[in-house]
Amino acid sequence: MMLETVLGVFTLTMVAVVAVATVMSSNLFVSSIWFGIFSLLMASNFFILDAADVALTEAAVGAGVSTVLFMGALALTAEKESYKQKISWLPIIALGTLALVLFVATFEQPVLGDPNAPVHVHVAPWYIENTPRYINIPNIVTAILASFRGYDTLGEVIVIFTAGIGVLSVLSFKPKGQKAISGERIGTKVRGVQHHAILRVVGKLIIPVLLLFGLLVQFHGKYSPGGGFSAGALFAAAVMLYGILEGADRSSAAMPQKVMLRLAALGATLYTGVGVVCMLLGGNFLDYNVLWSNPVTGQYVGILLVEFGVGLTVTTVLVMIFNAIANRPTYQA
Amino acid sequence: MMIVEWISWLLLALGGFFVLVGGVGALRMPDLYTRMHAISVTETLGTILVLLGLMVMAGWSLASFKLFAIMLFLLFTAPVSSYALANTAMLGGTKPILGGEKQP
Repeated sequence: MMLETVLGVFTLTMVAVVAVATVMSSNLFVSSIWFGIFSLLMASNFFILDAADVALTEAAVGAGVSTVLFMGALALTAEKESYKQKISWLPIIALGTLALVLFVATFEQPVLGDPNAPVHVHVAPWYIENTPRYINIPNIVTAILASFRGYDTLGEVIVIFTAGIGVLSVLSFKPKGQKAISGERIGTKVRGVQHHAILRVVGKLIIPVLLLFGLLVQFHGKYSPGGGFSAGALFAAAVMLYGILEGADRSSAAMPQKVMLRLAALGATLYTGVGVVCMLLGGNFLDYNVLWSNPVTGQYVGILLVEFGVGLTVTTVLVMIFNAIANRPTYQA
Repeated sequence: MMIVEWISWLLLALGGFFVLVGGVGALRMPDLYTRMHAISVTETLGTILVLLGLMVMAGWSLASFKLFAIMLFLLFTAPVSSYALANTAMLGGTKPILGGEKQP
């Protein structure tokens, strides 16, 4: 208990320092690296709080995938801030007041780990008591995420799908008056780090391990931390690594945008489809009990299918965004 | 049992010492390349000793194997990322400070 408190205070202090450094640095490249460190610190803090599922997702998405996407976006624009903003006092005063209010509000909060806190007496005991009876899987987080609160997760998947469509609609059209550049110049622009033998050899060693770990996280998520969201980020990270090592044109040839778009839609449709099938079999929307003769097996099958849909959508959306950003320089004349 | 614990703590303390040395070096060295040289102590000796200490403490178990896998992963990736960093810095025009030059 004591050690956890010390570690928590340490990581949260570091988080505050890194947050200030992220905002203060005028070089955007440095800023995005700080942001990755911020995510990693938050992930370790989540882990100290015993939220291993969230920690895994935060580490994979925050520190890994989004840093790569920031780098790609910076390669398209510029590294430096275009102009220095003057210090304006109104936002500082407004934010300072808000911070003070939040700071005072923390004194009203129940102590961390207090068993009588509202969050621990509301629905959480019901989940902990009844997960073994209704669903019978060890990881209660997966049970809540995919079954008890299946509506919320469906909403999240739709949000991710919509975000992917939004990014694609901005990035994937051809700019006016600019032609796609010749293959020779593509070679110098988007061919990744092909001239570095060491990076390619060691990087390629990591890709299969990453994919294997992604499969573990995807299909073992009922027993250990994990699930569709973190697995999707891991799969996408493997594809991004391939794109960085061998060139973005090759990663988008291996994972064509059109196929990815259809697969992303398929993942979201699979999730919704499971719900509709439940309705057709006489249950409620996303009520997996009716999927099998035995309700517990029905829950198991439902969660498996739904998590697969989540993983498919997250993977394909992240791969699509990466390919769209990384292949953008081919249009710059 | 006691001896195993002592060995484990010794390894952990040694590892912590090398991490500290690497940190001091990163702050005190004059340019990027010498700083990376100092940090390489952290990422090889420091991490390996700390992980070995934890492995000795965990004994023959799944946790030990996981720690070993982490060690292997770090041994593969840490030198490669150092190489990539130094190479990119050199190509990007960061010159090392050579002997006889004035330090900034």
